[in-house]
Amino acid sequence: MRHTLSILMENESGALSRVAGLFSARGYNIESLNVAVTEDPTLSRLTLVTHANEQVVEQIMKQLNKLIDVVKVVDIAGNSHIERGLMLVKIKASTIDSCISIKQITDIFRGRIIDVNELIYTIQVTGGMDKLRAFIGTLQQEHTILEVVRSGAVGIMRGKHTL
Amino acid sequence: MKLTGAEIFIECLKAEKVDTIFGYPGGAVLFLYDELYKAQDDVHHILARHEQGAIHAAEGYAKSTDKPGVAIVTSGPGATNAVTGIADAYLDSVPLVVFTGQVPRSLIGNDAFQEVDIVGITRPCVKHNYLVTKVEDLASTIKKAFYLATSGRPGPVLVDIPKDLTTDKTEFVYPYEVNIRSYNPTVKGHPKQIKNAVDLILESKKPMIYSGGGVILSHASNDLVEFTQLLGYPITNTLMGLGAYPASDKQYLGMLGMHGTYEANLAMHGSDLVIAIGARFDDRVTGNIEKFCPDAKIIHIDIDPASISKNVVVDVPIVGEVRNILPQLIKELKHRGEKSDQKALAQWWKQIAEWQAEDCLGYIQGDDVIKAQYVVQKFWELTKGDAYVASDVGQHQMWAAQFYRFDKPNRWINSGGLGTMGFGLPAAMGVQVAHPDATVGCITGDGSIQMCIQELTTCKQYDLPLKILNLNNSFLGMVRQWQEFFYDKRYAMVDMTVQPDFVKLAEAYGHVGMRIEKPADVEGAIKEALAMKDRLVFMDFVTQKESNVYPMIPASAGQNEMILV
Repeated sequence: MRHTLSILMENESGALSRVAGLFSARGYNIESLNVAVTEDPTLSRLTLVTHANEQVVEQIMKQLNKLIDVVKVVDIAGNSHIERGLMLVKIKASTIDSCISIKQITDIFRGRIIDVNELIYTIQVTGGMDKLRAFIGTLQQEHTILEVVRSGAVGIMRGKHTL
Repeated sequence: MKLTGAEIFIECLKAEKVDTIFGYPGGAVLFLYDELYKAQDDVHHILARHEQGAIHAAEGYAKSTDKPGVAIVTSGPGATNAVTGIADAYLDSVPLVVFTGQVPRSLIGNDAFQEVDIVGITRPCVKHNYLVTKVEDLASTIKKAFYLATSGRPGPVLVDIPKDLTTDKTEFVYPYEVNIRSYNPTVKGHPKQIKNAVDLILESKKPMIYSGGGVILSHASNDLVEFTQLLGYPITNTLMGLGAYPASDKQYLGMLGMHGTYEANLAMHGSDLVIAIGARFDDRVTGNIEKFCPDAKIIHIDIDPASISKNVVVDVPIVGEVRNILPQLIKELKHRGEKSDQKALAQWWKQIAEWQAEDCLGYIQGDDVIKAQYVVQKFWELTKGDAYVASDVGQHQMWAAQFYRFDKPNRWINSGGLGTMGFGLPAAMGVQVAHPDATVGCITGDGSIQMCIQELTTCKQYDLPLKILNLNNSFLGMVRQWQEFFYDKRYAMVDMTVQPDFVKLAEAYGHVGMRIEKPADVEGAIKEALAMKDRLVFMDFVTQKESNVYPMIPASAGQNEMILV
């Protein structure tokens, strides 16, 4: 089962490698990982997506809590929550028709073309992980993707729940 | 007043009441050693002959006292040599503060001479570690290191100090209070869980108490005795927990696990309630986890939430200090004034007595060849069970655990989790430093003893009169035993026939050496060695070559599937 862990930790050098090292040392998987400082400069927030059964994810959370640099851990997948990722896609249009097609697909996915250079387009799309996958799938049917870069998921709980 | 980093280091040690530090000097710690030199009246430095020895000695010191072990080593190879000891302390939850020198800050990351990223290397085997980057942080970092090492589930904490920082100056203020917002170990048991646990205790018909090293770390032996005797239940100790409950008491069933007693393992397997106290369901204890305690409900008391339901799913977890939780349970039991089904309990004891009648540790000492078991048993008798005993790792360790019957905590010093050969001698050294007048034995084997043999010099320098019992079978015995059982006796590279003359070796180091070849000479030799109170005596016992440790639960077998002989 997929779990999205929101981890609040000290914004100190080495903290990220303690978290990442724990996953590799104990054989847990990481589907994606995203980290940046919060509004409080002493704290970083890390969103980590992993696949594990209930018992394993409970153990992961306990082990994370045991790290001295980790202040709080919540599996937000247990609550109603929002997840977003950011993706940049570079694509080459071969004809004028394909330029139109790229523009249409981008509009449908509510993405934005943020750069054009000769016939090379760079598109920005944000959204849930499913949507980002679908966007790539649709583009691939007609066009040649040159490059894709995407962030891991960042997540937040809905309503009054905070970390 | 402004002090240098090196002066601050010493002031912090004094503030933490550190009177002994184990270590080995080198380039990156020259300024620290210069201050240690000046502070010799306050902080006694023990110069090991290898950094691994220094760390194990600090472990022995910590395990036999209620104080943390403290060690200092230089950067690069000094630090990497310490890693085995640090990992050992991590697996056995030994409170340790290790200071490592680091190259000057301007050189970090430059592949400088004797530079390693020791904070990175040790990250998975420390409770926490720090690279100090400015002198203003030094005192508070050291304070945190001692606090983390000794509180909650204890463990090793490493502080890496760049050389140039030790000459920087700042105002020295020692922070006696420490607050780490992300670290607040639970110390008292949750009242609801205490009630739930007592419910299960009162319902049980075939209960079993399974206690581990956490009882010793929490200084809760007296509470454990009171709790166990109030209930009248059978109790077993893990390898790490030996001595937490007196082995001479009638409720004690011996150690459990791979080489535990028949009665302890069958009582675990047959029980309807397991009360686990400061123990972590290690694979050497549980055997095949699928077959572990099939009919038992489980109460698990542990300071570390991550230990709970890690290997075995438990019914009532109680997180907190054992020394707080046992009195809470005792109070609740007395408050209720009830007892579990005493008739069923009597029946349970009757069943246990049948298992005990198997005499699973029985052996026959003939006239020709010395049995290792016999040596340990005699050592136990002649020291009246009151010695500190450090051991190495292998068959001798299991025989020591089986035949030296500890009645007190902090007396049994061994490497349980990591299983580090070479641990015994330096650990015994650390114990003797902490208890100069006590009898300290080191039960070892011809394989293990050679892994940190250099520490015999340290023992000479500081007059540490250890009694070393080398159970010499000219084999890496435990590996050989597995090869005998599971690899059709293909004894791959375990023959240790080529070995030094240990008597001459001991003498070369300035000690007394003895070689004992006949069973009839065992007792006399031990007596003679014990009488030499101020000398280290190395007793090389020539023991039966192909002797096996019994009982044994083969890997992947259940607790009830023991090999008895």
